[in-house]
Amino acid sequence: MTEPTRTPLSVREREPGPQSLVPAETLKRHLPGVEPERRLNDWGRSERVEGVFDATLIEFFYRYWFRAEVEGIENVPAGGGALLVSNHSGALPPDAAMIAKAIREEHPRPRPLNITVEHFFKGYPGFSMLIPKIGCVAAHPANVHRLLYDEEQLVLVFPEGRKGTEKLYKDRYRLRRFGRGGFVEAAMRARAPIVPVCVVGAEEAAPIFAQVGLLKRLTGLLYFPITPTFPHFGALGMLGYLPAKFRLRFLETIRFDEEGLHEDKALVQTVAHDIRARIQENLWDMLAKRRSVWFG
Amino acid sequence: MDSRRILVTGVSTYWGGRLAQALEAFPEVEAVIAVDSQEPQVELERTEYVKVGAQHALLRRVVEAAAIDTVVDTRLVVDTSTTSSSSAHENNIIGTMNILAACSGPTSPVRKFVFKSSTHYYGCEQDDPAFFEETMRRPHPPRTPIERDVVEAEASVNEFAERNPDAAVTILRFANVLGPDVKTSHIAMFSLPAVPMILGFDPRYQFVHEDDVVHALEHAVKHRVPGVFNVAGDGVLSLSEVASLLGKPYAPVLPPWGTGLAAAALRRIGVRIPPEAMNQLRFGRGVDNRRLKAEGFRYQHTSRETVLKLGEHLRVHPVLRGSQEPYRYEREVEEFLRWSPHVQNSRDKRASALSSEQISELQRLLASFADTTGLAEAERGGPDADGERIEAAERRARAAEEAAAEAARRANEAAVQAERRARDAAEEAEQRAAAAARAVIERAERERVERARAEAKRAHAGTPVEHYDDLAAEEVIALLASLERGDLQTLREYERRHANRARVLTAIESVLARAGSRA
Repeated sequence: MTEPTRTPLSVREREPGPQSLVPAETLKRHLPGVEPERRLNDWGRSERVEGVFDATLIEFFYRYWFRAEVEGIENVPAGGGALLVSNHSGALPPDAAMIAKAIREEHPRPRPLNITVEHFFKGYPGFSMLIPKIGCVAAHPANVHRLLYDEEQLVLVFPEGRKGTEKLYKDRYRLRRFGRGGFVEAAMRARAPIVPVCVVGAEEAAPIFAQVGLLKRLTGLLYFPITPTFPHFGALGMLGYLPAKFRLRFLETIRFDEEGLHEDKALVQTVAHDIRARIQENLWDMLAKRRSVWFG
Repeated sequence: MDSRRILVTGVSTYWGGRLAQALEAFPEVEAVIAVDSQEPQVELERTEYVKVGAQHALLRRVVEAAAIDTVVDTRLVVDTSTTSSSSAHENNIIGTMNILAACSGPTSPVRKFVFKSSTHYYGCEQDDPAFFEETMRRPHPPRTPIERDVVEAEASVNEFAERNPDAAVTILRFANVLGPDVKTSHIAMFSLPAVPMILGFDPRYQFVHEDDVVHALEHAVKHRVPGVFNVAGDGVLSLSEVASLLGKPYAPVLPPWGTGLAAAALRRIGVRIPPEAMNQLRFGRGVDNRRLKAEGFRYQHTSRETVLKLGEHLRVHPVLRGSQEPYRYEREVEEFLRWSPHVQNSRDKRASALSSEQISELQRLLASFADTTGLAEAERGGPDADGERIEAAERRARAAEEAAAEAARRANEAAVQAERRARDAAEEAEQRAAAAARAVIERAERERVERARAEAKRAHAGTPVEHYDDLAAEEVIALLASLERGDLQTLREYERRHANRARVLTAIESVLARAGSRA
């Protein structure tokens, strides 16, 4: 596939004229209603497909394989939009599914979690069909804003993005750069709180020993990693996780109640940096307390 | 409504025709002028059709002569399956430019311009947002000729809006339209025995019902809503969901790589998927429809209901096919109906456009006029010329009076009709009750007859009917239908031997013949 040529993209490139400006509060009231007969929602999410995955694969990994332990679940708000920010790792990252499962299992008011993924998945056959069904949305600023502000849902982002999942085993638990702070801007614009999340165990569950650039180009995938089970066990080898002990820690929320904070770029960068430092500190802390990779 | 004199372009398209029909119904609209190079496909009552293409000099004359204050441009072609792409380009780019040229300028009477556009404006790409908002620009340059046309046409409309700040310019971007009366490439695709898909992709689709399209255009004419608006039903469906709503399987016949080649092969066997639909089949598209809702517009159908409606139509369509004659525009007939003084009672007559205030005013005028002519009558006896004048005046008065009476009758008619409808409903309910009662009685009767027949069979060995000899011919004939074949034959013998009534014999014969043919 050739890389499509790109013109400078911006959500707010052409400012709307004064006549067509409708207050966001008004627009919020005009969200489409829910049609109970439907099996999918407007984002393409299917409770049925999600339920099947949840009851089999994810249940098995969460309970028996990774024996996940959760602390600070009360930091996830029970209502309203909130942005969860986590560290990221693994060839086919197990962390997102485990965070979603933790909220379903441990939270007093379980809510669905929207996981932001790269646009790449929408263009890759198979993924394109499956990924939205299990609650993943493309990491577009407009999507995040609509979910946080208009639909008041939980959204999970990995600000490290591909840099996090690409990194090799020797760099484990060292956070990559947090993008350009777009996630903080999104949260500020929607005035939704940020909940930082630390995940320990994912690095050991799916270690990456090397990246093969040539095969990546040939398959058209995002990257082509060498893991304990991939590629020699085929595509299913992607699911061949090692049974590392998972620990998830939800940190205290950071609130943005003032309007228009997102226009202050310096503030955005400071907050992004701050959040990154907090996650990194807590990761070191959790690693220091961990006695065994496999038994916790 | 500040639009009184409206010009609709593209009246030969489905949208133009439906919109003109809808606008006719508003009493405050003084004139609806429809222009197109082809004739309208729907029946129009008071719309005046002018056969003119998109030549700006001619259009300008029409606009200025008719003092048009609102122009609705419904002509944009957004589906290459209906026309060739070169003629679509001609129509979309050159045509739009010409119409805008005809409406602009300091002396132009046009105060509102409504443009029908398409969500093809946004295209379909991998890194699209899930819901396009009106303020977003498309992230990539257009890929297909239709997308390029839509973007360019909108650019020229925007330029017109900037040059004419007094005019309210509304651009409506419609999502994929479905409905029983339109022809689009997506409807063609959904009419296939299975819905074609690209293997491994399940794109998100949003639809708008054809009625909502007309209502949205109408809304833009009725209210002053400058700006750009997405028009798409609530709810975004996945293509697999669309297939299941239509009750059809989905067929991932197109490979994810080399899709263009496969589509070319499909075209050979008659399945045409235009290039702009191809991208949609891969990446899909959703738009944010809230801005138009915030302006007071209400959709009648969600995307899901639109697909369900289409499914119903597709099931009934093969049964109905050919039963309805398509409408044909006959210029001479239309002109006769509209303008001839001999047309007495026609809804096409201009008089029907009078409002009730106008009617009462007319009546008052007539009354005063009758008074003056009454005076004139008293003075009759003067010179002949005077008498003639009075007579002529009287004739005119009578004609006017008749017209007024006609108009008043029309006003009454609506009330009467409403009353009649209520009465009909009551009557229907009554009839239904009566029918139910009748059914009960009939069943009782049938049971009684059956019982009697059984009894008769038991009691009567010689004749199948008890006290046969006491019965009159009519009574015998009435009984025949309830008898068995064997009994009928016995009865025929008995009748022949005894009374030998010709009427009874023929009746028995015919019943036997009927029974025979049934067996």
